[in-house]
Amino acid sequence: MAEDSGSVTMSGTPVLERGRPVTDAELRRKADWIRLQTVDLIAQAGLGHYASTFSCAEIVATLYYRTLRLRPGEPRWPDRDRFLLGKGHVATGLWPVLADLGFYDKVLLKQFGKVGSPLNDHPNMRLAPGIDFSSGSLGHNLSVGTGMALSARLSGRDYRTFVLTGDGELQEGQVWEAAMAASHYKLGNMVAIIDANGFSGSGPTSQAMNIEPLAARFAAFGWQVREIDGNDVPTVRQTFDTLPETGSEKPVCVIARTRKGRGVDMFEKQPQAWHLGLLTPDQQADVVAEITARMELAEGSAQ
Amino acid sequence: MTTPTRKMVDVFSDVDRDTALRTNPSGYAITEIAAGDDRIVTLTADLSNVLADFRKAFPERYVELGIAETNSVSLAAGLASCGHIPYIFSMSPFGVLKCAEQLRTDADYNHLPVRLVGRLSGLAMGYFGTSHYAVEDIAIARTFANTTVIAPADPNAVLALMRDTVSNEGPVYIRIAEAVDPVYDTVPDIARGQWPRLRQGDDLTLAAHGMGVGLAIQAADVLKAEHGISADVYDGAYLKPYDEAAIADSASRTGKVLTIEDHTVNGGIGAIVAETVARHKITADLAQAALPDVDLEVGVPAELYEYYGLTVAGVVTKALDLAKG
Repeated sequence: MAEDSGSVTMSGTPVLERGRPVTDAELRRKADWIRLQTVDLIAQAGLGHYASTFSCAEIVATLYYRTLRLRPGEPRWPDRDRFLLGKGHVATGLWPVLADLGFYDKVLLKQFGKVGSPLNDHPNMRLAPGIDFSSGSLGHNLSVGTGMALSARLSGRDYRTFVLTGDGELQEGQVWEAAMAASHYKLGNMVAIIDANGFSGSGPTSQAMNIEPLAARFAAFGWQVREIDGNDVPTVRQTFDTLPETGSEKPVCVIARTRKGRGVDMFEKQPQAWHLGLLTPDQQADVVAEITARMELAEGSAQ
Repeated sequence: MTTPTRKMVDVFSDVDRDTALRTNPSGYAITEIAAGDDRIVTLTADLSNVLADFRKAFPERYVELGIAETNSVSLAAGLASCGHIPYIFSMSPFGVLKCAEQLRTDADYNHLPVRLVGRLSGLAMGYFGTSHYAVEDIAIARTFANTTVIAPADPNAVLALMRDTVSNEGPVYIRIAEAVDPVYDTVPDIARGQWPRLRQGDDLTLAAHGMGVGLAIQAADVLKAEHGISADVYDGAYLKPYDEAAIADSASRTGKVLTIEDHTVNGGIGAIVAETVARHKITADLAQAALPDVDLEVGVPAELYEYYGLTVAGVVTKALDLAKG
């Protein structure tokens, strides 16, 4: 087997191993920091997906600061765990994380949304270091991830492949083709995380096209299902800490019940209005104040 | 229509190795090239029989995906992003038309070495019905910026061009013509983007791909022997990139170009020639032996080819009209 499509060097850059030590309080703080960064980046670009990014902030924070095996200095290191953002419209929340971990210089964030920037509203694997696959067209990435997990089997590598999808995305038929294939090929090295925030672009997911019962459906497709509160850091952490061995034979589906717009009262009350939008300066000041106050409160109680 | 006298060619049967290259050239070729490169894997969506030899030789490198073409393309892109070279064997109507967006967004935009080997292209599925035709596939595939599109003329050309695909860093669509007569006595040497000139002439130009190449050669021989008309004949197997210089040179000399293809008149080699002639500001008369932009009839392929003039006689007639015009 050849190595990954990028060149592989023996540069000796550090590997961030799985299960890195971090407290739940720190992960909560990271999730809120992702929210603040998202607000800034959207203000810079002029339009963005607040509520969808906020619903999965705890998931992204836990994956990147604890769970995933990464090598920021060598983004295409063949043994890295893969993370695919099926719901590509929340890449805004990922850009500051990848910069923070050293995949690229933070100065790139200043170019977000501008012509020629490697960082866009949806992620492009050819432009942004740390992006394992491009996304934007919903329904593709569970198939792509199945290919990556299958590749691990063919090449004898022990990386995991995580795919984060929305719940509305599950209305795409191709998702279920992939769900069948992952189960058929016994890809226990694969984890689908459903950010089940209950909304798609134009309204409640259940009103557009009912996709429930999700747990029963994935179980019927041969997946091991865990249904959790996806905004509760200890639960998310514990779920990812106790994934089955990569050699196991059932793909894992984490149905993360989340709240769209989580962490900002205005977004939670009107998640639909803030699926795609732009805060006014006054609104932005209120949103930042709300998140910052929560972070300070958490810090104060920890001392 | 007349009572059918011809039968569907059985393109699904497993065959012995002696006849494999003739009847299943892409299946033969992939088995040969996979022996030299362990990055190669194959995938099908319920088309495993065309890979009988490959499956015997490399069972662990074969991925069956059931009747789920879109999944096969995106999954192949995932494999390719991890260093594999996936060859998806698919029926062209489903592999290209159904999966156009997966090919574009997952393979082409990401410059990944996904290969789609399209069996049963054009009218090859004959009486199975128009759902099984792929007569718009070239028009679609050649608009993808990073995808190479090739349509070999015969089994030897399939072998030559499939060998070339291994080192291609981007996506490739290989359009297989079924049950065609040999054009090349041996495996040809076709450089990327070059159109071999198989006959040389001054009066008109014949340009074709796939099954049209054999027709063009035979028509050129008839034109010369019976009508004293000499024609340039080009094998346009490389539809992207294509041989712009050859088209411009020949069209400038002959002033008359007839294209032959089992594809609609829209977006195939006819369009390639027309675009090139226009871009080079060449004055030339153009004609097409191709499928009309209307609902198509259903029937045994050989009879459909006669119906639509995709025969030696049909090409000769169009060529004479063009030559006289």
